[in-house]
Amino acid sequence: MGYFELFISCIFVNNILLAQFLGNCPFLGTSKKMETAVGMAMAVIFVTVMAGTITWIIYTFILVNYDLVYLRTIAFIVVIASLVQFVEMFLKKSIPALYAGLGIFLPLITTNCAVMGVCVLNIDKEFTFLDSLAASLFYAIGFGLALILFAGLRERILLARVPKPLQDTSIALITAGMISLAFFAFQGMV
Amino acid sequence: MPKTIVQEFTKGLWEELPPFRLVLGLCPVLGVTTTMENGLGMGIATTFVLFGSNLLVSLLRNIIPQKVRIACFIIIIASFVTIVELLMQAYAYPLYLKLGVFIPLIVVNCIVLGRAEAFAYKNKLSYSMADGLGIGIGFTLSLGALGAVRELLGNGSVTIWGDTSYNLMSVFPSFQPFEFMVQAPGAFVCLGLMLCVINAVGD
Repeated sequence: MGYFELFISCIFVNNILLAQFLGNCPFLGTSKKMETAVGMAMAVIFVTVMAGTITWIIYTFILVNYDLVYLRTIAFIVVIASLVQFVEMFLKKSIPALYAGLGIFLPLITTNCAVMGVCVLNIDKEFTFLDSLAASLFYAIGFGLALILFAGLRERILLARVPKPLQDTSIALITAGMISLAFFAFQGMV
Repeated sequence: MPKTIVQEFTKGLWEELPPFRLVLGLCPVLGVTTTMENGLGMGIATTFVLFGSNLLVSLLRNIIPQKVRIACFIIIIASFVTIVELLMQAYAYPLYLKLGVFIPLIVVNCIVLGRAEAFAYKNKLSYSMADGLGIGIGFTLSLGALGAVRELLGNGSVTIWGDTSYNLMSVFPSFQPFEFMVQAPGAFVCLGLMLCVINAVGD
């Protein structure tokens, strides 16, 4: 598969949030304000690309070589957890404003299924190193795109009069369904 | 007033029913509920991990240092997820293939980590076991219900372990399967509407 097809496939057709349903907790949690959504998108892109490549290297050169494939889940989560810790320390020191803005959601990237999901998908699809680097980047961009689009819509919903039982999460989910429907139209492109 | 063990168990079935009351762990909820069978299978796997991790975290709560507790929880959870993965590969391989990436992803399910942090780390063993089991069963029932609604509307019938047990088309001959429901956008819309119903009933 060429990189252009991979690009379209990862961002639009198989969007990690809207078609594969990974990373929905931060999707609903950080999308109330545009600023946090942008910060979260950046943090996720950075962590996903790093995690995607590092876990690929560890899986291929250590786990497969020593016949330890069954340890995949444990190994991956340890890599992701330490990476997030590292990013947290880095941001705290160099970009304190962004660190304060992300707040609780930064440590929560550890339990963001999108990051772990991309790492597992790269292995399951038997990607080469460059493919998994590109796929991690594209999946993460797709995550950021969907999150920012959704945050824009949610800011508008605040102004709308929503029936009481539908308020908050319920209407957010239905809106997400509508964006998902829009992304669905890309199916068949690749 | 401290709750009894029975109350800790039953709160997972309504008061704190995941994912409707505790809006956590949505990824498997949306991802696997195209059929009722997948939903129930996923729920049972999650219940096993939840019960096991609550049990172990509660047992070790005086040994695990405060500062590195999250890392310890994650390792405990990951071990149980690995056990589930191996068990399913051995005894439920077709289901394992269908659930695919969502089985390793139980490790990052916020409900499991959330219960370890919010409950098991602070409570006695018996209470933690009741809590894990209750929340797990609540989660399984929710997934099963969502899967049943989506499968019924999307395919016109509900299949459980190979037998079509209920067929909508035999009751309403003119019923057309509403395919939207089993596709990706339908998952969001269906969960949103069910949440709305639960909110309306709860108030």
